[in-house]
Amino acid sequence: MAAEQLSTRHLLGIKDLNLNDIELIFKNTDHFKGVINRTIKKVPPLRDITIANIFFENSTRTKLSFELAEKRLSADVINFAASSSSVSKGETLIDTVNNILAMKVDMVVMRHPYAGAGVFLSKHINAQIVNAGDGAHEHPTQALLDAYSIREKLGDVRGKKVVIVGDILHSRVAISNILCLQKLGAEVMVCGPTTLIPKHIGSLGVKVEHNLIKALNWCDVANMLRIQLERQDIKYFPSLREYAMMYGLNKQILDNLDKEIVVMHPGPINRGVEITSDVADSKQSIILDQVENGVAVRMAVLYLLASQRD
Amino acid sequence: MQKRTLLDGKKFQITIKRLCHQLIENHNDFSNTVLIGIQPRGSYFADRVKLELDQILKTKNIRKGNLDITFFRDDFRRKDGFVSASSNSIDFIVEGCKVILIDDVLWTGRTIRAALDALLAYGRPAKVELMVLIDRRFSRHVPIEPDYIGQQVDSMDSQLVKVTWKETEGEDKVILLSERNK
Repeated sequence: MAAEQLSTRHLLGIKDLNLNDIELIFKNTDHFKGVINRTIKKVPPLRDITIANIFFENSTRTKLSFELAEKRLSADVINFAASSSSVSKGETLIDTVNNILAMKVDMVVMRHPYAGAGVFLSKHINAQIVNAGDGAHEHPTQALLDAYSIREKLGDVRGKKVVIVGDILHSRVAISNILCLQKLGAEVMVCGPTTLIPKHIGSLGVKVEHNLIKALNWCDVANMLRIQLERQDIKYFPSLREYAMMYGLNKQILDNLDKEIVVMHPGPINRGVEITSDVADSKQSIILDQVENGVAVRMAVLYLLASQRD
Repeated sequence: MQKRTLLDGKKFQITIKRLCHQLIENHNDFSNTVLIGIQPRGSYFADRVKLELDQILKTKNIRKGNLDITFFRDDFRRKDGFVSASSNSIDFIVEGCKVILIDDVLWTGRTIRAALDALLAYGRPAKVELMVLIDRRFSRHVPIEPDYIGQQVDSMDSQLVKVTWKETEGEDKVILLSERNK
């Protein structure tokens, strides 16, 4: 019956969490996974809390997952998508959010195309902020659910070798994953074409490999990222077809490895580019487990943050 | 800090036996009755009761589960820190069954109120009864009373009743501590 708390008031990035925080989140995720696998999937702890989901960028999984997590904790939820709002009329971020807060909102879940948007907001408003992705910076709940899924599949994260393949340069998932996995004691490698690997990524303590086969032979888990064409203002590689040939994971490559590795993907999948359909739907893929765990991890995060409001 | 032993040794054993016989009087062979221990400490009591009933009735078919009430508490965000959850393990449907909720100490009754809520997630029971080892009487915050009582004690709010179990702490014992925060 130990009283435990997260060390932060907001979830802005994995960078702010310590190992205890991550383990506390995982412990609670276990319980919430039990809850969402029951016939009655709802529990009441957040019934007097209102949460605003503010999405300045498109999202399917994250948005649905957060909304489901909020509803299963009995919170009141309002949704806001920038594309259908007054942001297009020239309202600033703080004005938009302050107007939402004037409606008595306790927590804000935000996705924004600019790195640091969550941090900025947390300094200017009173509500608790959960970062659901800020530019190419961090996506903490994705990293937590990825690490949780690895732990669930392989028993532990410590000592495991994880390779993150693809568009590392534009990926917030990659940064958060690297930080989270390292805090949990895993070894991390990034793999992709030179143009899509940030120059100084080695300073984070990760290995860099440009040959997919070598990387796959090294790892226990491969996390295949999507090529983020929407963030690429110049050409980083000749064609998607060539990328798929060099860095796409297909069944033949997977079957030719001497060991069975776990395949992950944060979604959305571009089938036939970074991963082929037969791999995505194979037994080694835990893509749909990631989605299921996403709801439970987000319930744990919201529950733990809500518990420290005064 | 002062300590007073309320129950231990032979008297502890007799109390548990007596409670089991009272249960048998009302539930015969337990074919439609399930035991639910309230996490964390009520589950130890429920384990002991099941063990005893198994011996008396010479059966192994009595169903027993553990219920965690953390998410159903009414003091979430209202007190310092918060209590972390324990696991639920109920691998049967409660719908239509008679349920005996089991906890070690009944004090304000708020835990039981939460347990009644939490139980609904597993179906609609035909009847719910409450069994406690220690009833701290005259201290209820809600209108909840036990059906089976090991022992009643009169205590002040500042005091703490602590139950220890042979399986987990090495000794079957109930003690009354003079200061709650120690």
